[in-house]
Amino acid sequence: MIMYALAAVLFGVGLYGLLVKRHLLKKVLGLLILEHAVNLFLVEVGYIEGGTPPIRIEGADAAAFVSNAVDPVPQALVLTSIVIGLGLAMLMVALTLRIYERYGSLDANRMSELKG
Amino acid sequence: MSDQQGMSLIVRVVTRWLFGLILVFGLAVALFGHLTPGGGFAGGTIVACAFVLAILAFGGARGPGATFARWASSLDATGALAFLALAILGYTAGAFLHQWAGKGEAFTLGSTPSIVLLNLAILLKVGAGLFAGFIAVALFEQTAESGKGADA
Amino acid sequence: MLDLVPLFVLIPLGAAFACLLVKKRAPAVAPWLSLVSVVALLGLAIAGVVQGTSGAAIAGGWSLETHLGTSFLPGIVLVFDGLSAMFLLLVAVVSTAVLLFGLRYMDTYDGRPLYYALLSLLIAGMNGAVLAGDLFNLYVFIEIASIASYALVAFGTGGREIEAAFKYLMLGAVASSSILLGIAVLYASTGLLNMADLGAAIAAGQVSEATLLAVATLFLAGLGLKAAMMPFHAWLPDAHPSAPAPISAMLSGLLIKTLGIYALVRVLYVVIGMDGVLGGSLQTLLLVLGCLSMVGGVLLALGQTDLKRLLAYSSISQMGFVLVALGTNTWLGVAAGIYHALNHALFKSALFLSAGSLERLTGTRDITEMGGIARVAPATTLGTVGASLSIAGVPPFNGFWSKLLILIALFSAGLPVVGAIAAATAVLTLVTFVKVQHKALFGALPERLKDIKDVPASMSLPVVALALLCLLGGLLWPLGLQDIVGDAAASVRTDAKTNLAPEQYRTMVHSEGRQP
Repeated sequence: MIMYALAAVLFGVGLYGLLVKRHLLKKVLGLLILEHAVNLFLVEVGYIEGGTPPIRIEGADAAAFVSNAVDPVPQALVLTSIVIGLGLAMLMVALTLRIYERYGSLDANRMSELKG
Repeated sequence: MSDQQGMSLIVRVVTRWLFGLILVFGLAVALFGHLTPGGGFAGGTIVACAFVLAILAFGGARGPGATFARWASSLDATGALAFLALAILGYTAGAFLHQWAGKGEAFTLGSTPSIVLLNLAILLKVGAGLFAGFIAVALFEQTAESGKGADA
Repeated sequence: MLDLVPLFVLIPLGAAFACLLVKKRAPAVAPWLSLVSVVALLGLAIAGVVQGTSGAAIAGGWSLETHLGTSFLPGIVLVFDGLSAMFLLLVAVVSTAVLLFGLRYMDTYDGRPLYYALLSLLIAGMNGAVLAGDLFNLYVFIEIASIASYALVAFGTGGREIEAAFKYLMLGAVASSSILLGIAVLYASTGLLNMADLGAAIAAGQVSEATLLAVATLFLAGLGLKAAMMPFHAWLPDAHPSAPAPISAMLSGLLIKTLGIYALVRVLYVVIGMDGVLGGSLQTLLLVLGCLSMVGGVLLALGQTDLKRLLAYSSISQMGFVLVALGTNTWLGVAAGIYHALNHALFKSALFLSAGSLERLTGTRDITEMGGIARVAPATTLGTVGASLSIAGVPPFNGFWSKLLILIALFSAGLPVVGAIAAATAVLTLVTFVKVQHKALFGALPERLKDIKDVPASMSLPVVALALLCLLGGLLWPLGLQDIVGDAAASVRTDAKTNLAPEQYRTMVHSEGRQP
């Protein structure tokens, strides 16, 4: 349960950074934290107390493997979602750099359209 | 940190030793991705890190780095197209993404040749893509800074 | 046909990467690559609609497996049914028009191969989202299309464009996280991702009502933002006008429908279930949000003088029509909603393209500075008038039929208040577009615009063609088109008291899950 609480706290931190902070880089970081909070939640969904990694080793007992291994599906999902997050992060950083180039500032208050 | 100078002697020497090792490690992670943790994405990330390390240690994001990045963005597209081609080859065995190259003995490199090939295509795509992205952001930052310098 | 279904995603994806590959050496090839790919898609989509097949294509040819007593499908499942076919055809038609228009329009922009690559990626993402058979693939394709659209909004690289893209990206990414969280919660309580299997599990009561409520809220917020529903619309009036005209047409015409409306229909009707424990509250929510979007969008549109901003606000309003139609939970309502979404894609992309032409001709987007364009640009005017009549709901254009059907569906579902609001909105829409016609196309030609010539044929032709399709869609409605749309609607909501479609969807997906 405490693990889920961690994901929830991270989600809250990310949302706070995204909504409250005026600095664009802090918004970007907030969004990344929020994304990873969701990823963390997904990994925790597949977790089994005292489980083994979901990798079959030659000669291992199949039945024991199935009952002990943690669920690999969420891990595959998280990997995909991390890749998407990476693409998103790169785009965000590029946009932030462009904004800095144009305004010489990363303060959202100084932008014309980003208010609110 | 000035672009062309790179970092201290210690970092450069260590990088020279490690560069090849990191590449081999990345390749191994990708090659055995169907048997152990890893795969094309993880391997590609490691390979990209080797190049990023080299650029950081020796400098030159603008000169040789930019040239490499141009190749890398072509390689990136090639990797993606190779993945698509391999996936379409699955039609020869009946369905999209089917394991067209047959199956070998379990727990060996040859157990599923088609997945190994797919992993290598992803390695190319991710390795080249990440490196190109790194160079793009690095160059971008420098032009932004030099642009500001010109204003002042 | 079913074996070829992955091609709907593969062709544009291949075109995207091929465009990147030729970026430096042969940039002139890129437009033709994407044009060939969309024409191929158009052919495939027409074949799909004509054949009328439906079923699932399973990537890798994996077989149905039994797991904990229930049979489930492993791997990637692409589901092709009437509704998917309809949207695939729509994506192909609008993309073809947009690409043709962009051939000349994009001349003034740098990095054109990148534009074609991103556009192809956008098409691949939308096609994938329409075909996805499991929730996670839906999420991945939504993300592919969204990321391509963020980059395309920033394509002009001006200050406004970048700011709009940043805002759009921030909100879009939060929406995506909300969708992923919803998927994670569903997976945690059922261990399933396939939409057909999930629908069965939820219908069997495997998910508690509280969990289901959380999931529905997360999906509604996430997909609602992608569909630009009223409380989540803030990004659209900035993002859509900022993009180059062909991209605005793609975003307003296709993206908000494939990622928003289509995904919402699938998730609400097939997975969560409109007849289930949450049915009543979901219906109310859709109706309230729909009314809000309808009225709010059209009122904001009325006050605009920036042509593209006006069109963007009117998109929100028209999406409201679709949402209230979906909120009826009847076959007629769903059919009317889907038909209106299709029509909106045609006329709104035509209007955005013609807005691009007008901007190119007059050098401004402010309609008060235009006027009398009809005299100097007859072809563009023809297309614009056709599309405007359609969006205003003038018979015999397609917009008239779909709005009429939505009103009939609302009144016959016992929702006269919503119906009255929809009728009032339709009148206000008419007023808005009469104003646009009056100010921009007719009236006195300003002195400075005396010598302009109409845009080249490659820019006016797509607009006229889309306007013709609007007319054709209206004329053919009583003659057969209604059956096709009705069938498409029946793949998510059957014409029965209880909805049989989710069950049919399950049977269809599972019947393909045998070893080939």
